[in-house]
Amino acid sequence: MNSRNRVVKDNLFKLFVFLLAALSILPLFLIIFQTVRNGISAINPEFFYKLPKPPGESGGGILNSLVGSFMLVILATAFSVPIGTLTGIFIAEVRNSFTELLRTLVNILQGLPSIVIGILAYLWVVKPMGGFSAISGAVALAVMMLPVIIKTTEETVRLVPFTLREASFSLGATYTKTIIKIILPASARGILSGIIVGTSRIIGETAPLLFTAFGNPFVNLNPMKPTDALPLLIFNYAMSPYEEWHKIAWGASLVLIIVVLGLNLLLKMVGKRWETKF
Amino acid sequence: MGDKILKIENFYAGYGHTWVLRNINLEIPEKKLTAIMGPSGCGKSTLIRCINRIHELNPEAIYRGHIYLNGKDIYKMHPTIVRRKIGMVFQKPNPFPTMSVYENVIAGYILNGIKLKKEEKDKIVEDALKKAFLWNEVKDVLHRKGTFLSGGQQQRLCIARALAMKPEILLLDEPTSALDPKATSRIEELIVELKKTITIVMVTHNIAQAVRVSDYTAFIYLGELVEFGPTEKVFAAPERKETEEYLVGKFG
Ligand SMILES: Nc1ncnc2c1ncn2[C@@H]1O[C@H](COP(=O)(O)OP(=O)(O)OP(=O)(O)O)[C@@H](O)[C@H]1O
Ligand SMILES: [Mg+2]
Repeated sequence: MNSRNRVVKDNLFKLFVFLLAALSILPLFLIIFQTVRNGISAINPEFFYKLPKPPGESGGGILNSLVGSFMLVILATAFSVPIGTLTGIFIAEVRNSFTELLRTLVNILQGLPSIVIGILAYLWVVKPMGGFSAISGAVALAVMMLPVIIKTTEETVRLVPFTLREASFSLGATYTKTIIKIILPASARGILSGIIVGTSRIIGETAPLLFTAFGNPFVNLNPMKPTDALPLLIFNYAMSPYEEWHKIAWGASLVLIIVVLGLNLLLKMVGKRWETKF
Repeated sequence: MGDKILKIENFYAGYGHTWVLRNINLEIPEKKLTAIMGPSGCGKSTLIRCINRIHELNPEAIYRGHIYLNGKDIYKMHPTIVRRKIGMVFQKPNPFPTMSVYENVIAGYILNGIKLKKEEKDKIVEDALKKAFLWNEVKDVLHRKGTFLSGGQQQRLCIARALAMKPEILLLDEPTSALDPKATSRIEELIVELKKTITIVMVTHNIAQAVRVSDYTAFIYLGELVEFGPTEKVFAAPERKETEEYLVGKFG
């Protein structure tokens, strides 16, 4: 009787834990469900290669924001990867009070609200340059990506076993060569994951772009000019009073969600395919 | 005893504030295999890591005294030069995981920024792999990753990597302790062949192995060199009771 009681209790507890777990991922499914339901009808080939139509006309696409988001991600990656990997290596290799401070600052940077980073980019890039631009948006996004790149680089560089450095030094290699030829390649997977995680972090960011990249109804390829981005388009169109534009916003949201999910899949693949065995 | 390629004089080494090795005086004969033996923790690894100056990579490392390679003080030479002349193979095979078999062998040249023609590289790789008794096993998989090889093959790859730099001395720190008996005997055969052309200093815990492959044996006890001489002599009639006790297995 007693032991039966325990089994029942045990099963009840398991059920309870399962329900809580299900509850915590419920919002994700609701979001995906809602976005697919509202967005799927907006999506057709035209959606990807046409510009938005004026209010009242149906159809049109989001080419301007696709191109813009792509350009912003590339620029932000180009800014943050060199600085981030070097800082990550530095923090991992050198242990003193300065790198300790640096590590703390990186954590603070990671916690900074994105809108604050946007304001700083406005003050330090938009103002001196005299106008909104893709560059300024990319700077804001790069600052958001930076801590992610630094941390993943640091972690993977730490994982490279000391025996590999010894092997390299024993062949007469200098410290710099050891870093470039041995440590960096062995950390490539980690750095790549950092770029992917960083990209999925910034691809949906709206706040830092509001007063930097600003938005643009046309396709823009000039980094010095204002540029649209998926989240900017969603923000602007969802706030508009027009039914057609709401539909476009849902379609763009669906695209954004698919991109983020795709990046997560890519991350899993990179983890498996590129694994370095030590 | 033949020519002495390496002379260690009044050498001290340690970590932080403690000396691990004290007043080591040792002359290593050329083109012979010298085994370094002694109980665990007595400082064998520390000693051979001083010979190619990788001991000093440890920020805690301290050292004092002289080591002469062909009469020149290695602590007055540039460490990268010393390390190219004195190769080292470690206890656990450590091929570079991102490099192919071929690149691993030529790694010393890549890492030193030495540019070579394709044919020169091919030749160095083939020669080194042949010397390491590995050529036949890997000649068809030269462009696969070195980490796909078995443990014993990886260790021979590491030996080939060291040999490719054409060092004057090869340091081996318990090169077979992570390998099975079959892989071990392959390495032993290889070492016996190698010592005809190169000076080898090998740390080993395996008494039978020392007897099989070495010409000279140095015995270190608690950081001091207590015995050095031809292997047969050291093993048959040790002068010091520490050596004798070690040989009969009183301490590991
Ligand atoms: N990185 C280090 N920092 C501080 N002390 C160390 C370090 N490495 C070794 N030691 C100490 O130095 C002494 C000698 O170590 P060493 O590795 O040279 O011994 P060993 O004879 O090679 O031993 P084993 O046979 O176990 O490999 C040991 O007492 C060890 O605790
Ligand atoms: Mg040792």
